[in-house]
Amino acid sequence: MLRAALPLLGLLLAGAGAVEEPTQDPGLPGEPPPGLELFRWQWHEVEAPYLVALWILVASLAKIAPKVQAGLLDFLLFGSLISAVDPVAVLAVFEEVHVNETLFIIVFGESLLNDAVTVVLYKVCNSFVEMGSANVRATDYLKGVASLFVVSLGGAAVGLVFAFLLALTTRFTKRVRIIEPLLVFLLAYAAYLTAEMASLSAILAVTMCGLGCKKYVEANISHKSRTAVKYTMKTLASCAETIIFMLLGISAVDSSKWAWDSGLVLGTLFFILFFRALGVVLQTWVLNQFRLVRLDKIDQVVMSYGGLRGAVAFALVILLDRMKVPAKDYFVATTIVVVFFTVIVQGLTIKPLVKWLKVKRSEHHKPTLNQELHEHTFDHILAAVEDVVGHHGYHYWRDRWEQFDKKYLSQLLMRRSAYRIRDQIWDVYYRLNIRDAISFVDQGGHVLSSTGLTLPSMPSRNSVAETSVTNLLRESGSGACLDLQVIDTVRSGRDREDAVMHHLLCGGLYKPRRRYKASCSRHFISEDAQERQDKEVFQQNMKRRLESFKSTKHNICFTKSKPRLRKTGHRKKDGVANAEAANGKPQDLGFQDTAAVILTVESEEEEESDSSETEKEDDEGIIFVARATSEVLQEGKVSGNLEVCPSPRIIPPSPTCAEKELPWKSGQGDLAVYVSSETTKIVPVEMQTGWNQSMSSLESLASPPCTQAPTLTHLPPCPLGTEEPQAPLNLPSDPHPSFAFPPSLAKAGRSRSESSADIPQQQELQPLMGHKDNTRLSPGIANSHWCIQFNRGGWL
Amino acid sequence: SQASLVRLHHRFQALDRSKKGYLSRMDLQRIGALAVNPLGDRIIESFFPDGGQQVDFAGFARVLAHFRPVDDEDIGNRDPKQPEPLNSRTNKLRFAFQLYDLDRDGKISRHEMLQVLRLMVGVQVTEEQLESIADRTVQEADEDGDGAVSFLEFTKSLEKMNIEQKMSIRILK
Repeated sequence: MLRAALPLLGLLLAGAGAVEEPTQDPGLPGEPPPGLELFRWQWHEVEAPYLVALWILVASLAKIAPKVQAGLLDFLLFGSLISAVDPVAVLAVFEEVHVNETLFIIVFGESLLNDAVTVVLYKVCNSFVEMGSANVRATDYLKGVASLFVVSLGGAAVGLVFAFLLALTTRFTKRVRIIEPLLVFLLAYAAYLTAEMASLSAILAVTMCGLGCKKYVEANISHKSRTAVKYTMKTLASCAETIIFMLLGISAVDSSKWAWDSGLVLGTLFFILFFRALGVVLQTWVLNQFRLVRLDKIDQVVMSYGGLRGAVAFALVILLDRMKVPAKDYFVATTIVVVFFTVIVQGLTIKPLVKWLKVKRSEHHKPTLNQELHEHTFDHILAAVEDVVGHHGYHYWRDRWEQFDKKYLSQLLMRRSAYRIRDQIWDVYYRLNIRDAISFVDQGGHVLSSTGLTLPSMPSRNSVAETSVTNLLRESGSGACLDLQVIDTVRSGRDREDAVMHHLLCGGLYKPRRRYKASCSRHFISEDAQERQDKEVFQQNMKRRLESFKSTKHNICFTKSKPRLRKTGHRKKDGVANAEAANGKPQDLGFQDTAAVILTVESEEEEESDSSETEKEDDEGIIFVARATSEVLQEGKVSGNLEVCPSPRIIPPSPTCAEKELPWKSGQGDLAVYVSSETTKIVPVEMQTGWNQSMSSLESLASPPCTQAPTLTHLPPCPLGTEEPQAPLNLPSDPHPSFAFPPSLAKAGRSRSESSADIPQQQELQPLMGHKDNTRLSPGIANSHWCIQFNRGGWL
Repeated sequence: SQASLVRLHHRFQALDRSKKGYLSRMDLQRIGALAVNPLGDRIIESFFPDGGQQVDFAGFARVLAHFRPVDDEDIGNRDPKQPEPLNSRTNKLRFAFQLYDLDRDGKISRHEMLQVLRLMVGVQVTEEQLESIADRTVQEADEDGDGAVSFLEFTKSLEKMNIEQKMSIRILK
């Protein structure tokens, strides 16, 4: 025994030395932000099993030496494997219990990360056993300690490498969506295998892989893939768990595999509990010196009670070599009993224990914009104050990391489109909208009848509008789940339509809510009136256009002119000028079709980020002028349509034509909202006459000077497609027959809190664009040769 | 505590390059990291209550005291007649509220919310999106329908958040 005590002491010292320093002051936020931060700072507790193992040994030696023939090293081995907390069991239990995040992370993190320690200890002890206790030298102990670091850090590194690879490859899978889940699984598994191959900690590798790649992969892969991955993983995990525990059970019954020794069993049971508690108390005492929020007694109780052993221990004990470790059977029996005990007894009783101790539970609240926003604010505030104080605290590092991430990593690893819209506040907002939209749809609501919409709980404006919607849903009995994650799956329907619907509802939802508000926004009231007018106008236009579509064979290319066009002010282009526009700015619009009539659409709807500053410059109005064709035709006849006007930036000569026809237009400049509504009213009339003329003249112009082949120009970025802030929406290229409805709805949907001036134009724009999309997509369709000019109705 | 006061004093002196004995806006602006912080200017502003031009050490410490971690024993032993300590939850929230509410009218209007949003949100989000977010935020919090968020509503909307923990800096304990 004395002889045994010496190496024991040595090990104790080594153990003490290897206690990992607790890392930064966590200041843990209460709710889980996505990404690394949460897990980074909680790497303490890894050493718990180490200490416990040692203590167990001491006890077990004393108690059972007479009965079981095993040396110190054997017991060390046993101790190392029995003390490892098992992530599977912990997860299964804690997921039900819903303790607060801090606790959960501590215990779960420990179980994940102690794999490294377990593996090292196990291997070290195993090799010591093989070498025989007489041959063990001091350097071997040191090597053991060193290998601890190598194994854990190496495993983490392998995981991170694979995470990087995964994120990078998913960036490019836009066309081949189907392989995304495959990639995720395979690369994660590859990480595991690689680590195993290098005898590093495989669990750590997989964990770090998941941690590292989550943010980027989630942004890159499609919703369907995400869902597929998630549920497959859950299924697999569940299967694996079941199988392991079945194996456990079967081995328990199969008595050839084990030998019973009461002393060992009882002693082990008692001591694992005891020493775990001891270890926890000691370590939290150390940690509390550095923590902002102390871990109090209750937390400690839960931590020590929540250390469940499971499959890992069992697997390791089965792997023991009976030749080297003659006491294997006793160990197996003990392990089985321990596992059973902890899982069954502790697992079952932890829930009532938690309740009884009144442990702080995790508050699962639905995210509100407010909270998200304010959280961000606070983060910034804190970071700033830390700077003032000169203290490089948690927030400072977090900020640094976020900046680094934004600058380099996200750009490298995330898809362009995903990268552009990455903003947490917007994410929350978007999700909330989707949820509202979906619930709205479930209500069977019809947006056009929004006037009659009754959302009874809406007026009860608590801080969380979602709760009212939730209530609605419950009442209506629709089975819609408001779980944010599940919402993703709902969108598995046809994305485009969903998106259209979403935006439609988005706008639609706004209105009723605002209705209850005694809002003083100036565009509140006029919106409805506007809409009705617009709808009429719009429908008339559509009819007309349909006619002209059929009757002519010219193509129309329209460009969604971006800010550059807008900058210049009036876009009074006739077809010719537009043609030039094409010539003049090929780089902007990317056409080769010189003679194409360009429908310059200026949409104030642009929500491109880069146009945000130019939006402010706009004070011209967009007014529909359908006088287009007549003028165009004139021009066509006159100029042979291929003159090159100076770049559209300069007001082309056509304004005079425009002026001619619509003299009142010139004064449009900075008129207020209401004026623009008038203009739209007037426009149809103009359009009527214009159109009638154009019809007749068009017939005659069968082969127009614009002999452009019906090539369609493709706008470089589908302007409307990209303008929708969220990716999946491509502006509705709905089939013709239904175009009247969805575009207008989409229109209505898209109107957010914009001035109503937008709405008339938008609505008109909408169908046009819808058409344009169609024409773009179906080159066969002959497009009518019109030029519709849009001058923006000014609003200021 | 004593130690942290000493530390703050050192920092104060370090910031006060010209050894005036007080800090002006320039001194605070010289802190590099604040320049890249979207709310940097506002924070600096908050050090100068009532629009003064200088802040002495007492003022400096007073503002920073808002960020002291909350000590549970304090709450128990506090004499209810005394004004609440600066680092209580209410006062922390009030500090944050004042950062939003520039014109000090006791309410965060939609416009002010929009401004803060504009500061904090990246360039990817366009103006209209920002506006809708601002609208929605105000809507969520606003209970009496006045289109602005008063301090009470602000507090209420954040009741679930662990402010004491979030708005504390450990070394100021």
